[in-house]
Amino acid sequence: MKIVAQRPESLTDAPFHYCPGCTHGIIHRLIAECLDEMNLREQAIGICPVGCAVLAYDYFNCDMLEAAHGRAPAIATGIKRMLPDRLVFTYQGDGDLASIGMAEIVHASGRGENLTVIFVNNAIYGMTGGQMAPTTLLGQVTTTSPYGRTAEQAGYPLKMAELLAQNQGSAYICRTAVNNPANVMRTKKAIKKAFQTQMQAQGFSMVEILSACPTNWGLSPLEALEWLENNMIPYYPLGEFKVSKEG
Amino acid sequence: MTKVLMKGNEALAEGALLAGCRAFFGYPITPSSEIAEYMARKMPKMGRTFLQAESELAAINMVYGAAATGNRVMTASSGPGISLKQEGISFLAEAELPSLIVNISRGGPGLGGIQPAQSDYFQATRGGGHGDYHIIVLAPSGVQEMMDFAMQAFDLADQYRIPVMIMAEGTLGQMMEPIIVREPVTDLPPKPWATTGCKGRKPNIVNTLHLSPEFLEERNLHLQRKYKLIKQQEAKAETFMIDDADLVVVAFGLMSRIARRSVMDARQKGIKVGLIRPVTLWPFPEKVFQEAAEHVSKFLSVEISMGQMVEDIRLAVNGRVPVEFYGRIGLTPNPEEITRQIVNVAQKEGWV
Repeated sequence: MKIVAQRPESLTDAPFHYCPGCTHGIIHRLIAECLDEMNLREQAIGICPVGCAVLAYDYFNCDMLEAAHGRAPAIATGIKRMLPDRLVFTYQGDGDLASIGMAEIVHASGRGENLTVIFVNNAIYGMTGGQMAPTTLLGQVTTTSPYGRTAEQAGYPLKMAELLAQNQGSAYICRTAVNNPANVMRTKKAIKKAFQTQMQAQGFSMVEILSACPTNWGLSPLEALEWLENNMIPYYPLGEFKVSKEG
Repeated sequence: MTKVLMKGNEALAEGALLAGCRAFFGYPITPSSEIAEYMARKMPKMGRTFLQAESELAAINMVYGAAATGNRVMTASSGPGISLKQEGISFLAEAELPSLIVNISRGGPGLGGIQPAQSDYFQATRGGGHGDYHIIVLAPSGVQEMMDFAMQAFDLADQYRIPVMIMAEGTLGQMMEPIIVREPVTDLPPKPWATTGCKGRKPNIVNTLHLSPEFLEERNLHLQRKYKLIKQQEAKAETFMIDDADLVVVAFGLMSRIARRSVMDARQKGIKVGLIRPVTLWPFPEKVFQEAAEHVSKFLSVEISMGQMVEDIRLAVNGRVPVEFYGRIGLTPNPEEITRQIVNVAQKEGWV
């Protein structure tokens, strides 16, 4: 019998704790497939955020650390400076990366730290129960913007890929989505490209992935994917924002 | 053996390098900045890592990452910066990552001033951040000890898998003394728990999250068992003329050297006075106080603070002997002032 699909070696057999319709599981698998295909599992060191993916150290079958809220890029910096030939990646959500960890991410990019950031943007705080994130869209209802986010009260959602692409230290910055199979495949390509950027020591790389949170958006899994396509993609355009010349 | 004239901050930095410190992550703050500056000059030439972080928060988390790779690494700061590092120190303590944190301390609260002080004693000895934890805290009293304690700190950190703090008054960082430069350390212990990539072994995980209540309690009990062992084995104090003393002055750090002078002056005046200098602030050397309490009539804690270590002395003697306090902040008590305090106590007690 021929095996046509199996768990990547870079994932453990621990069952994911994610909600039905949550796209973290897809993104975990894509990272794991890239590690497998690039033969990087044994030299990979990953850093989990505070947020829904905090337990990712149980899911990735490589050396893993868990960071304080927002600090993953600083921890990754410490690791990478000690072990420059390893593949170091952080896995961060929007609250972690774009709010409490804004200084750490901007400076890791500014320094051109040779590491990869997987930035999962679902426009909401998931683990704490659906509060407003720095990437929550205008009008979006969350538990801390119960009448919908307004620019007057809470300002505007941050576009991290565009912001970090301006830094000279950024070598590869891309935004993708995981709302349909084509975009899932594009996301995998982008992750691979980010890892390649790092292994070629070109500098900071980040893939921002628009992701669904049906539970906290109050939508069915299918509706959530539609909402992502109709609301997030228009505000957060997909594509490559920075590609290093050497790449 | 070479004897050289060195500034305290630089002696500490050199000691760390001799102990095999592979990386320094820091942020400028007076009066600790010379440590970062020394490392910035020396480390790149030695093939080691110096990195000026964007913040104290980033610096301590870079320490977390670099320590997790099994290397000897450190950061240095002063009061306001150490406050910012507390989040990371709590994580280091729970993840049991050996590391060195240096507080070249100044007076607070708030920005306070840049004058030497000991008013971060509570912060250093009570954990400082969230959760039930301690770190080992060493208090050098001279420039030689700035170097020696930096080396010992890394050994203790590795031995117990614990962050170690050196807390020294700003004066110690800034002043110069002739010191003997130690030999570099060559043999470092293996760290099989380090996250270095899982080639040839099962993946290692460095984390601090324990969602199972039972496991969280077990983790805390594990830490407490470790702290108990450290208390038994590592509590250190120096004593001076306490065998026949009626009064024992207690002081740590550079303050203890000033107080020693006062003890000698007061002896000249016929007062039976001695000195206890805690070398480790955590673990606090309780035993030495309990033994002294058998024959001493009174303790006098002299601190560059409004009274912090005095609480540990009172806890150690548990009401058996009265403990008085003299302290200043912004200004360091001078020998004449302390002698006057000693004489006052002696007169009140009718010893002179």
